[in-house]
Amino acid sequence: MTGAAAATEAGQTPALELQGIDKRFGAVRALDGAGLRVAAGSIHAVVGENGAGKSTLMKVAYGELRADAGTLAIGGRAIDSGRYDPRAAMALGVGMVHQHFTLVPTLTVLENLVLGRETWHGPGIDLATPRARAAELARELGAEVSLDARVVTLSVGERQRVEILRVLFHGARILLLDEPTAVLAPAEVRELFDRLRALAAGGVTVVLVTHKLDEVLAIADRVTVMRRGRVVAELENEELDAEVIARAMVGRPVLVDVERSAGSPGDVALAVRGLSVRGRGARPALDGVDLEVRAGEIVGVAGVEGNGQRELVEVVAGLRAPSAGSVHLGERDVTRARVAARAALGLGHVPEDRHARGLVLDFSVTDNLMLGQERRFTRRGLIDRARAAERARAIIDEYEIRPDDPRATARTLSGGNQQKIVVGRELARDPLSVLVAAQPTRGVDIGAIELIHRRMLRARDTGVAVLLVSSELTELCALADRVVVLYRGRAVAWLDADQLAAADSIETMGELMTGARAEVFA
Amino acid sequence: MTWPDWRREAYATAVALLVATAIGSVLILAIGQSPARVYATLLAETWGDASGISQVLFKATPLIFTGLAVAVAFHAGLFNIGGEGQTIAGSLATAVMASAMPGAPAVVAVPAAIMAGALAGAAVGALPGFLKAATGSHEVINTIMLNFIVAGVALQLGNSRLFVGGQAHTARIPAAAELPRLGAGGSALNASFLLALVCAGAAWVLLYRSRVGFQWRAAGANSGAAEAGGVRLGRVMVGAMAMSGALAGLVGSNYVLGYKYYFEDGIGRGVGFMGIAVALLGRNHPVGVVVAALVFGTLAQGGFAVSQLVPRELVEVLDAVVILAVICASAEVRRRAARVVRA
Amino acid sequence: MTTLHALLSLAFLAQVMRMAVPYALAAVGGSLSERSGIIDIALEGKLLFGAFGATIGAYYSGSVAVGVLAGVAAGAAVAALYATVVIRFRADQIVAGVAINMLAYGATRYLLEIPFHSTASSPRHAGFGPSLAANPVLWFALVLIAAAGYVMYRTPPGLRLRASGEHPGAVASLGISVARVRWVSVLSAGAYAGLGGAWLSLSQHSFVAEMSRGRGYIALAAVIMGRWNPLLAALACLLFATADAFQVQFATTGSAIPSELLSTLPYALTILVLAGFMWRSRPPAALGKSDDA
Repeated sequence: MTGAAAATEAGQTPALELQGIDKRFGAVRALDGAGLRVAAGSIHAVVGENGAGKSTLMKVAYGELRADAGTLAIGGRAIDSGRYDPRAAMALGVGMVHQHFTLVPTLTVLENLVLGRETWHGPGIDLATPRARAAELARELGAEVSLDARVVTLSVGERQRVEILRVLFHGARILLLDEPTAVLAPAEVRELFDRLRALAAGGVTVVLVTHKLDEVLAIADRVTVMRRGRVVAELENEELDAEVIARAMVGRPVLVDVERSAGSPGDVALAVRGLSVRGRGARPALDGVDLEVRAGEIVGVAGVEGNGQRELVEVVAGLRAPSAGSVHLGERDVTRARVAARAALGLGHVPEDRHARGLVLDFSVTDNLMLGQERRFTRRGLIDRARAAERARAIIDEYEIRPDDPRATARTLSGGNQQKIVVGRELARDPLSVLVAAQPTRGVDIGAIELIHRRMLRARDTGVAVLLVSSELTELCALADRVVVLYRGRAVAWLDADQLAAADSIETMGELMTGARAEVFA
Repeated sequence: MTWPDWRREAYATAVALLVATAIGSVLILAIGQSPARVYATLLAETWGDASGISQVLFKATPLIFTGLAVAVAFHAGLFNIGGEGQTIAGSLATAVMASAMPGAPAVVAVPAAIMAGALAGAAVGALPGFLKAATGSHEVINTIMLNFIVAGVALQLGNSRLFVGGQAHTARIPAAAELPRLGAGGSALNASFLLALVCAGAAWVLLYRSRVGFQWRAAGANSGAAEAGGVRLGRVMVGAMAMSGALAGLVGSNYVLGYKYYFEDGIGRGVGFMGIAVALLGRNHPVGVVVAALVFGTLAQGGFAVSQLVPRELVEVLDAVVILAVICASAEVRRRAARVVRA
Repeated sequence: MTTLHALLSLAFLAQVMRMAVPYALAAVGGSLSERSGIIDIALEGKLLFGAFGATIGAYYSGSVAVGVLAGVAAGAAVAALYATVVIRFRADQIVAGVAINMLAYGATRYLLEIPFHSTASSPRHAGFGPSLAANPVLWFALVLIAAAGYVMYRTPPGLRLRASGEHPGAVASLGISVARVRWVSVLSAGAYAGLGGAWLSLSQHSFVAEMSRGRGYIALAAVIMGRWNPLLAALACLLFATADAFQVQFATTGSAIPSELLSTLPYALTILVLAGFMWRSRPPAALGKSDDA
């Protein structure tokens, strides 16, 4: 804990203060009298479930959104919200690092740094002066960054470093970070936190939005807990405890682990042999991966995003062709088979990005529940609407999809309910012998996560082979019978049930995910 | 679409029509005429008597075909701007096929000629669809290029062998291939109008009740999700463009089999582009297309009737204005509604 | 061979240059607009209105310079209408572009009627002299084309323009108005295309209905061929201008291929080019998406 934070007594002006913030989007109340008081030079975490309003509050603090009511003060000075926007925020020393990066991929790092604050040198743009300043800042930050590299060539961790560098380059003294660790491996998270602590020690104020409780415990001096647009708790470091925070977030005791019985795996239902996929540059995205999933077991795939998981899922699903190797469903070689053919053999797919691959947002819930399985509802070329409606009713009830109108447009449902449509549809597939699920609970709130986990375990118990790709290591530990770790397109390690149950399993996986430990288990 | 969506779209369409009327009035004033007089004459000459109504329906018939063509392609996520070329190809093929069977009875000649028109249109439409599927090249430019190419090829074929006696048209088709007239007062309205209505019904069934239509609409709304659901996108592109071209090619049945009884250079000029306006005004729904075709048919016939007062090009200008007004109104209305939902 | 001889003659090359100018100006304008994220199907309409504007200007003033200015202004005016529809209202850009082109075809005919009482062509007016090299407008156009390239890659506005077409969300989060960047690029595209149109009607000393004949769409193909780089796009136009000059040459001197088919050469070439180049050219990531910023 920093000394500056300890001095947050009455009398010490907070670096950032919001009070009584209201924000509505039509009928939805995103923020309801929310407030925040951040001490200078401290690290302050804002936690809550998806949809609690954390990001919205940050956007108000950064001027991206205008509050309907409430006040905002920076360094004690009140801000006129009528004229406050990101430009003004930056001028006042507030910088935001968004969850979805705001770097322009085709421009270089240096160009991204100067964008918005360019200066002229004669008839053209001045890049020499910013270059010197950026190099110095990078040194101070302890970040290695190639200024002339195009952002598209950088790794996710490197990009985040550039985002933080940019914010500092623009002179920020208050850093707002929205879910910064969502795409980082444990080791990279540690590095990030070291840097944040160094910044705080130097007087920079850090506000961190996250839903990961373990991180909050690791780094925050103070925690604000939000639920449904309101602040429900403010906790100091000494009082921080995972269970207390979780309960504040959800409002009731939470069952974090779902009951799971030991499985009895059958024959190999899905096999991948020597699978390779071309990558964007010289390095292949997947490099000679072998893996097998038996009926009635869940095999988890761990790895930092960008190490080949996406390509693996796409090749198995039939959306991408491998450059080498083969894919087998049961006895059949399906390497060249199309998506529809694989589906006929019993392959289900819960895609990573429900908006891009999982749902047609403008279609009704009923139509979305038919997507990919229309043949079952077709008679003589025409769709049997009665049967489709029947099925929709059944799935809506079983997965508690709200609102429960089968004719509602998918776009109007929340992220969690949309995900339930996708999961419900794939698990209701007939035949279903293999399920490939990528990030099945991303953006879903805790209640729905429990439901989805239970349904997946039930599928596994009835003999479905499940390949589960997830960036949430706790999810993998809870559901998987075995886990394979992908690093740089290779399967570098397997962990069996005992190793998963071990206390340091997450640490171990984290190290393997970043290549820190290069062991290959039998 | 849900009921509130329908209300919204209807509201947007009404606003658009009002704006278009206002702009039309301004243009009429600009050449020193009275909008009230022009509109009154227009209405009297169109819906005022039986022959006027027949002519409106006659003018609406090709617009139903091309409007459906654009609408079907649009549902599959494709822009068919090639109605002009597909119409020419279809009309020429219809004429050639009809003339190729001088002794055949009507029950053979008529369907054969109609099919020939549809197939020719389908071929011209399928090519851009195939190019998009195979190379990713955008169908907007390719369909427009084909308009020019087909026009040139048709003219060349006409001048070199098909046109007769120094005229710019083909030989008269045999009587057996003619479509019966339906209209009053010497109007050119013919059975092709009924064919158009049948096509509208068939399009509705295809789009909203069939599996193929479901897949086309999914591909058009979210190709990523459709692909993940097993839809073969390349097939959708070719199939939808072919069907779209076929519909446009059916225009031949109206002009060649039902009106002029031959193919001539410049036949059906403009119906391809007007089809875009019809599809948009009709919100890409088969029923809407029929209604919108009636509106534009009224304008077309009325434009002809008021050509003493106002240049006929006013109609073309109004077509474009309607398109712009409809897409602006629709986008604005949708944007305001979306602000409510976003959270 | 006399054919080859004819092709390599200076007269032919001058003809190619003459025909390339409107293509190139439209293509450069199109690349500016598309690089900022706005599809420019309306190039055809901007060309046509530019040609018409120049005719009106030259006819009533008797001066080529006024004609040029009027053409540029007309192109920009159409672009303003397009920008209102796709930026302010965020309507679909492809449909809006096609509609603007339809509007141009119809409105120029309609407007021809009012002063000139003809829907086919205007009377003869002031225009360019026979010499290409002595034509100041040529050099003006070349300078403008070079300027577009320089601005895009070496100046702050160009940086913002490129960023807006790739990741408008990022640009907006920096407090920059993406809408304003796009307005400027679309209006500039209109001005460039308007100048290209002015070249068309001033070269012929009159305006003929539909005289742009699809050049705007072909220019778009040149943009794709040039990977959305204004200078490369302008170079690509030489290819299309050559095809154009080629078919005009043979239409007049006669050849084995009938003239109607020959006239389709530029359009067929466009289809081939697109088929060959699409997979190699990556468009700006945010092109055509109206929802951002």
